[in-house]
Amino acid sequence: MSLRRTTFALLAVALVYVASLAVAINASEDEHMASAGRVPVPAIPAGRGDSCVEDTDFMRRNHMNLLKHQRNETMREGIRSEQYSLQECISCHAVSGPDAAPVTVASPDHFCRSCHDYAAVKVDCFQCHASRPEPGDMSAGHRLGSAQPVSPAAHGIE
Amino acid sequence: MSCQSKDIKMANDATRVDTAGVDKAGFDPQRRSFLGAAAAAAGITLAPGVMLYGITKSSPAKARAPGAAASSDVRWGMLIDLGSCDSGCDDCVTACATENGLGGHGRPATDAQWIRKVELKDQHTGNSKSLPVMCMHCEEPPCVDVCPTGASFKRADGIVLVDKHICIGCRYCMIACPYKARSFVHEVLEDQKPHAPRGKGTVESCTLCVHRIDSDQQPACVEACTDTGGGAMLFGDLNNPESEISKRVATYASQQIRDDLGLNPGIRYRNL
Repeated sequence: MSLRRTTFALLAVALVYVASLAVAINASEDEHMASAGRVPVPAIPAGRGDSCVEDTDFMRRNHMNLLKHQRNETMREGIRSEQYSLQECISCHAVSGPDAAPVTVASPDHFCRSCHDYAAVKVDCFQCHASRPEPGDMSAGHRLGSAQPVSPAAHGIE
Repeated sequence: MSCQSKDIKMANDATRVDTAGVDKAGFDPQRRSFLGAAAAAAGITLAPGVMLYGITKSSPAKARAPGAAASSDVRWGMLIDLGSCDSGCDDCVTACATENGLGGHGRPATDAQWIRKVELKDQHTGNSKSLPVMCMHCEEPPCVDVCPTGASFKRADGIVLVDKHICIGCRYCMIACPYKARSFVHEVLEDQKPHAPRGKGTVESCTLCVHRIDSDQQPACVEACTDTGGGAMLFGDLNNPESEISKRVATYASQQIRDDLGLNPGIRYRNL
């Protein structure tokens, strides 16, 4: 009889131990999630116009290849089509700063930087290339992109 | 014995390399059409070794179609009449700096300089000339020969450029250029012109305003010289016999600087 009681007692202790372990694991997961949250998911500014030159999913993975291809064609052969031109990217995705002028890549709000900071990928285009459109170049339908952030979910970022 | 016959068969194959080689490599219509076009542009043979060129060349004066690559039918060049170039005038230099966003740091020894005015004085007579000197866009550019990365290159239409994406800033080209036409960017730049990317650690020089040429405009220096300067600069296609520049270099004597080097610069001078 006393043996059965002892067994129950042991089982109860074991159950409590397992339960406390489960709570501890949950807690550490929460902590992990919190640390991921220290790098805020970027609020990507919308470009002007209805759509980009390609789907957002495609552009997210391949914009660098399009730019590199275009760069070689433009530099070496003088083919200056606008489809995948860096100038057009910069023009469409310009973000207005506090003074209503488009910000340069020095600002964390810059379209390219908003994502590249998050992904920790260095972008060196702007060591040479202008990171904002020329102030006088915004006429003829080239209006500034809306600086209102689009929800990350709309871009497929959870 | 079988080995020998195989060798003979291979030798026979080798004699038919013209047809067999193409078939083995697979038919390439692009190459075919290129060869066809080349044959058409080559002109007619007057006698063995004597060709009459330029018979079927298309007129390069018309603008390139959008999306078309620069063509070697065109050779861009410039004729500068020093008789109309005033020594006090630097409108071409100013226009270049404005167009390409060349701002200095007040250090003339190292500041970027794509075009400059050079005073030449005859020691014996005292006669002096002022001439604008820039990248000469040589047919045989020494800067391209020495570049270790292939960054320095000549475009099909004769414009010599630096591909800053692959320039490592070694400055061999600056040493090789007999015209001192190239500059090195020593400091971090910001707010460059969108059409003229420039950056620290790369070499640069006159691009003949390639972005303007690609949109069927004249270089900024030529435009400024025509509008406010002495009208000394004439830009055009040296390959097109109908172009104004071709007619003038055919009619009047013109000189290339350091023509002893045999580089055939695209920039020519009159009244030097």
